[in-house]
Amino acid sequence: MRGILSGAFLLQALRISVPYVLAALGGVASERSGVINIALEGMLLVGAFGAAVGALASGSALAGLGAGVLAGVALAALYGLAVIRWRADQIVCGVAATLLALGATRYFLKVFYNSTSNSPRIPSTDGLGWAILVGAALLAALAEAGLRRTAIGLRLRAVGEHPEAARSVGVRVAPLRWLGVLLSGALAGLGGVWLAFDQHGFVANMSAGRGFIALAAMILGGWRPLGALGACLLFGGAEALQLRLQSSGMGLGAGTVQALPYLITIVALAVRGRASVAPRALGT
Amino acid sequence: MTTAVELRGVVVRYGAVTAVRGVSLAVERGAIHAVVGENGAGKSTLMRALYGLVPLAAGEVRVKGEPMARPSPEAAIARGVGMVHQHFLLAEALTVAENVVLGREPRRRGLLDVAGAEAEVGALAEEHGLAVDPAAPVGALSVGERQRVEILKALYRGADVLILDEPTAVLSPPEVDDLFAMLRAHRDRGGTVILVTHKLDEVMAISERVTVLRRGEVVGDLPTRDATPEAIVRLMVGRDLAGPPERGAGPMGDVRLSVEGLTVRGSLDRVSLEVRGGEILGVAGVEGNGQTELCEAITGLRRADAGIVRLDGADVTRASPARRRALGLGHVPEDRHRRGLLLDLSLAENLLLGRLDEYTRFASILDRRRLAADAARLLERFDVRPADPAAPARSLSGGNQQKVVLARELSLRPRVLLAAQPTRGVDVGAIERIHAELDGVRRRGAGVLLISAELDELLALADRVAVLYRGRIVATLPRAEADRERLGGLMTGATAQQAAVQP
Amino acid sequence: MSRTRIGRIGDGSRKLDSGSRFEISRSVPVLLPPALALLVALAAASLLVVAYGQSPLHVYRLFLDGTWGNAYGIGQVLFKATPLVFTGLSVALAFHAGLFNVGAEGQLTLGAFATGLVGAALPPATPAAIALPLAVGAGFCAGAAAGAVPGALKAWRGAHEVIVTIMLNFVILAELSDLGKRFYDRESVHTAHVVAGATLARAGAFFPSLRGSALSGAALLAAATAIAVWWLLQRTAAGFRLRAVGLGAEAAATAGISVARQTVIAMALAGGVAGLVGANAVLGYKGYYEEGFAGGVGFMGIAVALLGRNHPGGIVAAALLFGTLSQGGLAINAVVPKEIVEVLQAVIILAVAVSSATVRRQAAQLATGARA
Repeated sequence: MRGILSGAFLLQALRISVPYVLAALGGVASERSGVINIALEGMLLVGAFGAAVGALASGSALAGLGAGVLAGVALAALYGLAVIRWRADQIVCGVAATLLALGATRYFLKVFYNSTSNSPRIPSTDGLGWAILVGAALLAALAEAGLRRTAIGLRLRAVGEHPEAARSVGVRVAPLRWLGVLLSGALAGLGGVWLAFDQHGFVANMSAGRGFIALAAMILGGWRPLGALGACLLFGGAEALQLRLQSSGMGLGAGTVQALPYLITIVALAVRGRASVAPRALGT
Repeated sequence: MTTAVELRGVVVRYGAVTAVRGVSLAVERGAIHAVVGENGAGKSTLMRALYGLVPLAAGEVRVKGEPMARPSPEAAIARGVGMVHQHFLLAEALTVAENVVLGREPRRRGLLDVAGAEAEVGALAEEHGLAVDPAAPVGALSVGERQRVEILKALYRGADVLILDEPTAVLSPPEVDDLFAMLRAHRDRGGTVILVTHKLDEVMAISERVTVLRRGEVVGDLPTRDATPEAIVRLMVGRDLAGPPERGAGPMGDVRLSVEGLTVRGSLDRVSLEVRGGEILGVAGVEGNGQTELCEAITGLRRADAGIVRLDGADVTRASPARRRALGLGHVPEDRHRRGLLLDLSLAENLLLGRLDEYTRFASILDRRRLAADAARLLERFDVRPADPAAPARSLSGGNQQKVVLARELSLRPRVLLAAQPTRGVDVGAIERIHAELDGVRRRGAGVLLISAELDELLALADRVAVLYRGRIVATLPRAEADRERLGGLMTGATAQQAAVQP
Repeated sequence: MSRTRIGRIGDGSRKLDSGSRFEISRSVPVLLPPALALLVALAAASLLVVAYGQSPLHVYRLFLDGTWGNAYGIGQVLFKATPLVFTGLSVALAFHAGLFNVGAEGQLTLGAFATGLVGAALPPATPAAIALPLAVGAGFCAGAAAGAVPGALKAWRGAHEVIVTIMLNFVILAELSDLGKRFYDRESVHTAHVVAGATLARAGAFFPSLRGSALSGAALLAAATAIAVWWLLQRTAAGFRLRAVGLGAEAAATAGISVARQTVIAMALAGGVAGLVGANAVLGYKGYYEEGFAGGVGFMGIAVALLGRNHPGGIVAAALLFGTLSQGGLAINAVVPKEIVEVLQAVIILAVAVSSATVRRQAAQLATGARA
């Protein structure tokens, strides 16, 4: 078991956690305002694709970052249009937005790079990657403080708990929900940027369920930014551990470890039962 | 005196329905003005229009002499009008202070000034005699405290005109006294109160002027000192009320329902009662003193933490709701829309709900022809209008909906009928009908447990009246000894130490 | 979701009163949202095709020729629509009980795995009359178990079924990748071939023009299931109980219907119907369970149910549409990337969701006037 808690292991756990953390924070932003977000998976994916396209087209990692975040925001805007402006069902539209991201990234992969599997390799982005890693932790703390200690944060929470109450004191609901949803697009998009940078390019369906893990982490963390951060680190640590054990020839089945975050979340939901801490007006 | 609020020819329409038809009304500054009317008379709609929550189809709202160009809550707040809603608009997960300052948050260095907000809300609460902890989450507060938070929200925004929509429906008598003291103090400081209610004793006790609405129109507007409760009722209803139904004494039978030591943590404390065949046992009490839990525990919709429920001697404490129904327990639930009916289904389907097995042939296939025929018969027998089995339940008036629930429950030929607030939100004609049906159940030898917040209803129908206060039965009085004063005292806990008179 | 009201008897001339549970007014056109969605999708498709430098008309022509233009194409469309009928019905069954089943993907995977295992484990000489019901029944039962878990957690623990089914999808997929290794043929990710008696006849065996198409008897099973679901929901007390819970759980409970029980039943039925997908993919097509065969068919079921208004007939129609899109993607792949079709599917779902929400809101406004 030597080396399990080594620096390399911790670093690997952190690297695995970064997209989870960013997407989960996005989930918190959206869901605390009352909008369910199962489109996180799609936002991660378009973020990664945007980052690859931006970086390849401009040769600049920074442009890649910008393009990735913008792509996430664009998908979030489409989602917001459907569920905030037109009040369509949030779960159906979340599934659709993710399907759209899957199809569209593969379509444009073919159009831009004539490939069904991956983009060309993008140039080194190491410095920016580190910045994102540090940024993710800072963002979690910032989000926690922002929700509790700013007027906007209070209003966002109020809108997610009881929109009529907010409306009755002159707080407009839709702009705050837009804020939450667009923020979730930006954050999950940034998570996608990290993925593309970390793997030096875009691969079809490279989000591979990470958006749903982030959703699970957000629930496990009680819809609080720091709680979600903790859950993400837990999931990331478990995954890193699995990789370690696998390479050392021992360990549980890979599938079981993959399933672990989801199983933990199901158990947590079952234990927590009806005393849920979910925002009251979620999904309305 | 000057006018605080004036409505001129206000019309409000909901689709094809005109809820308010040309109402004009002037509320003087420094007065408490009561607006009364039956359910559906348009009181609440009128207030929502005044506060800008529903658009005006015609007419004008003037606040302090100036017309409001485009009524909206924001505009109302800006003119010093605040509304305390009948259904509280509070986020339970947020604290009292957060709920109060929402939308007008005190800030310090760009951040939310949490300590400042709590201090300010605390000071405001103290100044107006509204005891509540500013740092407590609203979810942890009692109903009375939540109402204080609602009032604080209005006061925090500088409201001097307070609109209160049925504020006492959810309060215990001492809480009502506190509220009225607070409102009087507000008036004495020059503030204005518009009190929407249907309780005439409150109108007589606190208001200077009263406006009576019926079917969306003003049918009376007079100084309270010139009014009598009887005169106001006549205006509200449009005719004199018939007296309570004539009672023939039925034979008193065996114990049908017996409840022993029923306990639901936090709501019911060792409640025991017995209902015999041929009697109506009334349960009086201010709402929120355990009535809902009592119903749910007896019908099996909620598990009791302790105690025994027996139907005709059989222990059903652990039986499912379906089993209890099969043993002859009928239930008219207090919340017609949520618990009584499936509003999107037809009347026939609603009448069948819970009796499915009687209408299945083999393999659970429904006999729809017989079902429709029986439904039509029931609708006719209970005088439901329209008597159309295919009509969706949603399309009926409150009274007719309640008749459908009653028809369903009585068609089970129950040995015990549990009726909770059976005439709430029901028009006067239907009330008489429902009372007659309940008495009919008694007369054919079944037992009735009647839970009601209306003392008049209990005094008219019940053989004995039990009083529920803070989850306990504090007394059970025979009808001869029950009167408004005595029951009122018991309901407040004021005379709880008096020995309970058990049968 | 159109529903026949029980108890319309007495006025024989009255038409069936059908409408979604959200629709208050009968005048609301049920078919408007899907029609709008198709128009939007057509516009989006044209845009993408033009952007790729091709003529939309040419592409549409290829698309139609490759789908409904010949017997093979039709066979393939039906083959691709078959699993969607099952998953669409699965989502709709849960929906009628007021539940959202996002777990069809996991349920159908577990079901198909069970179908494959049982089909392969039978003695080689097992006659079809025994082998088929056993293999199909195993799929139903495994799917039902996968559905019953979130149902039970919802019923007794109050855990939200949407989250639990999403999570369970991943649990099932991940665990099967471990578990499967014990059963897979060497160096493969598929189980052994099912016995001859457990295979479903291909349509090509009866209609020579369909030779080569994967269309099998599973399509008939799908049609029969759609009818059975309609019958259950509209004509039986069991189905009425289920719908009553969906329309108002508290009122149903008051009337003596056990909400917890109906919740478990509805989710188990939903899972079971999803588990029938194995009949198409395993018994009718490959002959074995193969990892990753589902490929989003479960999620697409949400779209099919939505587009079909949760009515079995509508679901069959919606499944045919999505089957056409899926097959048409292959037909146009030489000219424009077939991924265009995936985009279109998503666009259709979004457009239906938006237009039905809008129609619903306007209907509510008509019925109750201004919204408070």
